[in-house]
Amino acid sequence: MPPLLFYLFALITLGFGFLVVTGRNPVTCALALAASFVGLAALFLSLDAYFIGVIQILVYAGAVMVLFLFIIMLLDIKTEEGKKLNVPAIVSGVLLAVLLTLQIIAVVGSTELANKTSQNTPLALAEAAGKIGKAALPTITNDLKAGTLPDAKLIGFTLFDQYGFHLQVIGLLLLVGTIGVVVLSKRERSAP
Amino acid sequence: MITLGHYLVVSGMLFSLGLAGVIARRNIIIVYMCLEMMLSAANLALVGFSRFHLVNGLPDYTAQSLVFFTITVAAAEVAVGLAIIVALFRSKQSVDVESVTKLQG
Amino acid sequence: MHASIILLLPFFSALVILLGHRQLKGASVLISVGSSIISFIACLFFLAAEDDNKLLLPFLDVGGHFHAGIEVLIDKQSRGMMFIVSFIGMLVHIFSLGYMKDDDAKPRFFGSLSLFMFSMTGIVLAGNLIMMFIFWELVGLSSYLLIGHWYQKASAAEACKKAFLTNRIGDFGFMIGILLLFGANHGSVNLDDLATAFKSGPLAPGAPGYSAGFTTAAALCIFLGAVGKSAQFPLHVWLPDAMEGPTPVSALIHAATMVAAGVYMLVRVSFLIEASPLAAEIIAGIGCFTALLAALMATQQNDIKRVLAYSTLSQLGYMVMAVGAVAMAAQHGHEAHGPNPGHPAMFHLYTHAFFKAMLFLGSGAVIYACHHEQDIWKMGGLRKHMPVTFWTFLIGTLALMGLPWITSGFYSKEAILGAAYDSGCSILFHSAALTALLTSFYMMRLVIIAFFGKPRTESAHHATEVPVIMCLPLIALAVFSVLSAWDGFATPLQALKPAHEPPHATVLFASIAAFIIGTGGAIYLYRGKDKDPISIKLFANKFYFDEIYAVIVRICQDRLAWIVTALERVFVDGLIARLPTAIVARLGAATRLLQGGHLQGYTFLLGGGVIAVIYLVVFVLPRMGH
Repeated sequence: MPPLLFYLFALITLGFGFLVVTGRNPVTCALALAASFVGLAALFLSLDAYFIGVIQILVYAGAVMVLFLFIIMLLDIKTEEGKKLNVPAIVSGVLLAVLLTLQIIAVVGSTELANKTSQNTPLALAEAAGKIGKAALPTITNDLKAGTLPDAKLIGFTLFDQYGFHLQVIGLLLLVGTIGVVVLSKRERSAP
Repeated sequence: MITLGHYLVVSGMLFSLGLAGVIARRNIIIVYMCLEMMLSAANLALVGFSRFHLVNGLPDYTAQSLVFFTITVAAAEVAVGLAIIVALFRSKQSVDVESVTKLQG
Repeated sequence: MHASIILLLPFFSALVILLGHRQLKGASVLISVGSSIISFIACLFFLAAEDDNKLLLPFLDVGGHFHAGIEVLIDKQSRGMMFIVSFIGMLVHIFSLGYMKDDDAKPRFFGSLSLFMFSMTGIVLAGNLIMMFIFWELVGLSSYLLIGHWYQKASAAEACKKAFLTNRIGDFGFMIGILLLFGANHGSVNLDDLATAFKSGPLAPGAPGYSAGFTTAAALCIFLGAVGKSAQFPLHVWLPDAMEGPTPVSALIHAATMVAAGVYMLVRVSFLIEASPLAAEIIAGIGCFTALLAALMATQQNDIKRVLAYSTLSQLGYMVMAVGAVAMAAQHGHEAHGPNPGHPAMFHLYTHAFFKAMLFLGSGAVIYACHHEQDIWKMGGLRKHMPVTFWTFLIGTLALMGLPWITSGFYSKEAILGAAYDSGCSILFHSAALTALLTSFYMMRLVIIAFFGKPRTESAHHATEVPVIMCLPLIALAVFSVLSAWDGFATPLQALKPAHEPPHATVLFASIAAFIIGTGGAIYLYRGKDKDPISIKLFANKFYFDEIYAVIVRICQDRLAWIVTALERVFVDGLIARLPTAIVARLGAATRLLQGGHLQGYTFLLGGGVIAVIYLVVFVLPRMGH
């Protein structure tokens, strides 16, 4: 990916992120968040993680944001125009954010690992087909031999091959989450 | 050239933005959005590491599996969290975090 | 066999009565009196028992290094003492039947009396010092219970507390003494073992294990026990106050037996005192001083029981002096000889027990007849109203004064004077003679004021003779007061009567002169008087000992309390309690600020923590070499 596009999408991600943090109107914030996630998804694509980029848009920018907007509309939340700003909280938040950013830049700058680029660590799809060998499904090796990156298949293979149990746990978590939402949303009978 | 460091710095800045939002904002729904941003920042870092840590010439898909899990958990968290916000709004008629000080020592 | 009966009978009697006195009511009196009569009969058989030292019941046994049990030492001394205890105990039990007739708490009284009989028997029969110490404490307990029998009276409650606390000082010394001997004699406190060790064994004078300082310390510590129990100066203050108890108790415990236990114990460990010249001198000196001091105080008392109490003090001082004097005499070569050498102290204890118990029971009869009036100046003329009491009381008085050649008191007192003379210390002898003079004086004064002249109050006027059950013990004791020193009595009763030697002319003269001058002085001063013609505040107020002790205790206690309080304020309250409290409170207040309940505050802390952890892990730890 050309550096220009990287900087563009990084700017979209961070700029709309900034809008989320500073926006006065919750609806604005939600839409800005969706835009920020679209930029993020583009960054994922630039990292050859197509599947993740797609579900980032589908799940976050789609489902989750709709949920947020739905709640905002449901509760009829007004903008915070009238409320005074919480100055100490803002100061401390900015301070912490600046500190953390500087620290991360320092950490990144202090390691050789951060100098890796897509040029000096190129993907080697054809060789990978041979290296994965019999362990992988034929459809994956065929795709690899054809020179395309079957990353959805590879993630699926990793998940079901190595992390089957974890996947079950996640499923259970979602079930519990669903039940929890139902319980929380139910009105109590004794409530006035 | 765009290096891993660039991605990590973008990820860190996004995380810091989210943290600043969580600390500074009072609207609990926006606090939630900021939390989602922080999770996404972590995802970006993970995908970055995944791409630049080649296994057999391919990205490290263990990291991307973890991202998959994170997104799932985040979705569940949003669902439960928003349900909690609804319940909170019902009892307090407010989405201001300042109105929730039950944890006061 | 007999020994265990004598020991256990009063024990079970006390146990049954004290556990079940609510259910038993009147039966408890019968149990107690019955047990005292049976143990008296058992003691008569016991007089014929053979010398022995045996273990009745293993009690303490620690790894074979240390063992002390209920051991019974039977010899002439314990047989004779046992007779005194059981005989006077029985008479006092019988006398109490009359004296305590109207008392509501009779079961408690008789139960405590039985407990006392048990403990006293234990002391007398004790074969080792630890057993003696256990019963020593039990005796103190029963004395406490009996002095405080009328605990509703504030003075009685105070008196029993005073007796107990004062005795505690002495008992502490006794315990230290026992521990010293325990250490010196390799864990054995058996009296026979100790006697062997100190007479001919490794601890005898001149032997390699002998140390004059150690022996003196041990002897004086043991003597401190006797000082407490036998009410010697400076711990004498409890005995006069103990007269708050019922009069039969005063007769039994605070005249005849318990207070004599100190003397009995000193005679038991006389081997120790003989081994230390300094201890012998101190003991004789304290005994002599107590005897003289108490006699002086007795001359100005107006309470009939207090006169007798000071007289008891004085006579106990006499006995203790005799213990010291005999040891001093032995060190000077006047060794007692014969198969069973007598001991003046034990002999005086033996005669004194009878006539002093008699005097106390007589005073009890007087008090009973005068409706609990104890002031002798409110009596008078009782001679005509109470002839039996008068004659027995007079006999007891004459015995105490030592009427020459007739009464028992003469012989025992002369034996003590002889011992004082033999000790080679003229101060001892002169003080003893002066005490004898004073004894004659104050006893005659008491008899003249209370029994002669005209009745001074209504209650004295209407006094009548006491019932037969109270007269009988008086008569029995009067007989013994006169006859007990005669060989016909003393030999079968195993009194430790000193071998008869032709008395020194000086001793004989001093003893008779003291009697005549004292009696004559009292008759001259008090005949026909209605008020005390002489008044010496110093004597009447007991040399202000109570006041001095009060001041000393107050000063020491206040200072000590002040220091202890200061220490407590600084260390306990301050450093141990308040400082940690303050630290924790401050920490709590500080951390409570963090727990504001504000979610954003928590997030801020979380973020700060994350930054700090990253800083430490990435930048600090690598530099430190990790």
